[in-house]
Amino acid sequence: MKATHVVRTAGTGLTTNKMRSTLTVLGVVIGVASVIALLSIGRGTQVAITSNIQSMGTNLLFVGPGAVSQSGVRSAAGSAATLTMDDAAAIADSTAAPAVYAVAPQVQAGAQIVAGNQNTRTQVIGVTPEYSWVRNFPIERGDFVSASQVQRASLVVVLGNSVAQTLFGLQDPVGQPIRINGLQYEVIGVLKSKGGSGFGNSDDQVIAPITTVQRRLSNQRTTSGAKTVQQISIQVAGASQNEAAIQQVTAILQERHRIAPGQPDDFTVQSQQDMVQALQQSTSVFVIFLGAIAGISLLVGGIGIMNIMLVSVTERTREIGIRKSVGARRQDILLQFLVESATLSLLGGGIGILLGWGISRMIGGIRLNNATINTVMSLDILVLAVSVSAAIGLIFGLYPAYRAARLSPIDALRYE
Amino acid sequence: MIQLHGIVKTYQMDQIQVQALRNISCHIEKGEMVAIMGPSGCGKSTLMNILGCLDTPTSGHYSLDGVEVAMLSDSQLAEVRNKKIGFVFQKFNLLPRTSAVDNVRLPLLYGSDGNNGRKRALEALERVGLGQRAGHKPNQLSGGEQQRVAIARALVNNPSIILADEPTGNLDSRSSRDIMGLLSQLNRDDRITIVLVTHDAEVGSQAQRIISLRDGQIIGDSPVQNRKDGGI
Ligand SMILES: Nc1ncnc2c1ncn2[C@@H]1O[C@H](COP(=O)(O)OP(=O)(O)OP(=O)(O)O)[C@@H](O)[C@H]1O
Ligand SMILES: [Mg+2]
Repeated sequence: MKATHVVRTAGTGLTTNKMRSTLTVLGVVIGVASVIALLSIGRGTQVAITSNIQSMGTNLLFVGPGAVSQSGVRSAAGSAATLTMDDAAAIADSTAAPAVYAVAPQVQAGAQIVAGNQNTRTQVIGVTPEYSWVRNFPIERGDFVSASQVQRASLVVVLGNSVAQTLFGLQDPVGQPIRINGLQYEVIGVLKSKGGSGFGNSDDQVIAPITTVQRRLSNQRTTSGAKTVQQISIQVAGASQNEAAIQQVTAILQERHRIAPGQPDDFTVQSQQDMVQALQQSTSVFVIFLGAIAGISLLVGGIGIMNIMLVSVTERTREIGIRKSVGARRQDILLQFLVESATLSLLGGGIGILLGWGISRMIGGIRLNNATINTVMSLDILVLAVSVSAAIGLIFGLYPAYRAARLSPIDALRYE
Repeated sequence: MIQLHGIVKTYQMDQIQVQALRNISCHIEKGEMVAIMGPSGCGKSTLMNILGCLDTPTSGHYSLDGVEVAMLSDSQLAEVRNKKIGFVFQKFNLLPRTSAVDNVRLPLLYGSDGNNGRKRALEALERVGLGQRAGHKPNQLSGGEQQRVAIARALVNNPSIILADEPTGNLDSRSSRDIMGLLSQLNRDDRITIVLVTHDAEVGSQAQRIISLRDGQIIGDSPVQNRKDGGI
């Protein structure tokens, strides 16, 4: 049989049954589009979370207070007040911890901020100047907290971008006074927006010298009476020194806190990589969940195709019988059905890609109470969606034809 | 040209076996016009399907033009059905929603020469007197016209044999006469061997020879005495 005849025969096969062809294409379209849309949401969420963590800075370790055990009762991690400014200073000492490049301790407290007749409730984070570049908080206007301001515990603040907008609107806040807990502070700068979303929106915070926050807003003390810090961010000298830095920091703190060998630490050291991994693990559950929904819709699409094929199988079996009785060979029949199914699958796959892409672009960027839906399109998503649906279309389209092509012509003609 | 020897066809239905054909042997020469007659269920259609290579016997030998059919592969059988044999069914078996000319053209698509296919299909339709109905779909044609389309399809590839299983079974007497006239003409003018099945004694009498079947066996095989020539 000539190629032109194969195409013509398949073409007439499709156009003489427009309804059946349309429904089959529709099944593939729905399957492909939903897989693409859902997977792009899953991928987008993962990418957003990863870049969120990366925007904190690079090669970071986070030291936090651990659980203390008092007379055998262990309280939750982070509940203890065990870290001090001296701990931070000891880690910064380059002889004991050569793998550590920079150290940025911080304390924080929630507070009501008032400017004129505007006010907002947010976190005030007490920091040292290193915080700006260790944690990657560049300044948009004005200045960051300086070393001398930390020393004098000055009443100055740097506003996060969205706080500045809430309190001052389009006005320039630098040089303006604000009030926190009845005390007046001067705004010395505004942070650049990170456009963060979801967990820990870094635009919604206020930065002040660490000494100021310790004196005015937080009165947490260690058991020995020293002022505490809540977290120490550490920048490691290079990605390859991550493990060394963790060991050095752990050794310094164990010695300072007099932790006997074999005893549990009263602090935790976590690397940024661990956080990325942990978060990716937890989001992969979400991605798998989305994938499962997408898989179900593919399956439903496939069952739709199969249903349509089975409904038409009697008629098509008779058609195959007629064709065989006038001289069609087994491979002629299979080729015709292969071309028909491939056409439907490709058509459905193509429309499905466009539709899925469109949906993904449309819902990408939509805000749902403070969280933004992120979507990311990538080639592997497209390839997966199209190949799975094409396979479904081909299998469900070809199987009845394969069975019928093996019948003797008379059995195919008699098929009921 | 057709040689049957000891043909047996058994259908297995769950527990019981149905013996549709038991030990059929006969010869049909080139250019003959043979009618197969017999009561319903005696195995006429079963025999025709085997002759048309649409079905295979359970045992026995069938040789066509000296070739043992059982030895042919699936593709070779397809070629025999395509080139050598034209089959006319009682139920027409035309493709639905497909025009008469495209139905007639079907065997040409599966043959090697499909270039002037449409022209040849139209010529075949002319020969059965349906040149004006080329664009009609089967559901826009009468029963007699559908059967003539089926005959056009059977002869479009210039077969040496036409097998017709009750070609007039669904038609009134006038259409029957048209169809029989057509078949007689093909036999007389084109020297096409024709084997047809019929219940109708008058239809049978237009053949040269009648084979009588009963319970899957040949009980009579004789030439027609005073043959009616079915001229148009
Ligand atoms: N596919 C089948 N499965 C089982 N038995 C069958 C099958 N086809 C035919 N038979 C049986 O074989 C016998 C012969 O059937 P066949 O169709 O050849 O009869 P026939 O002579 O053509 O009858 P009619 O004149 O009614 O068309 C019948 O008894 C029938 O029941
Ligand atoms: Mg019959």
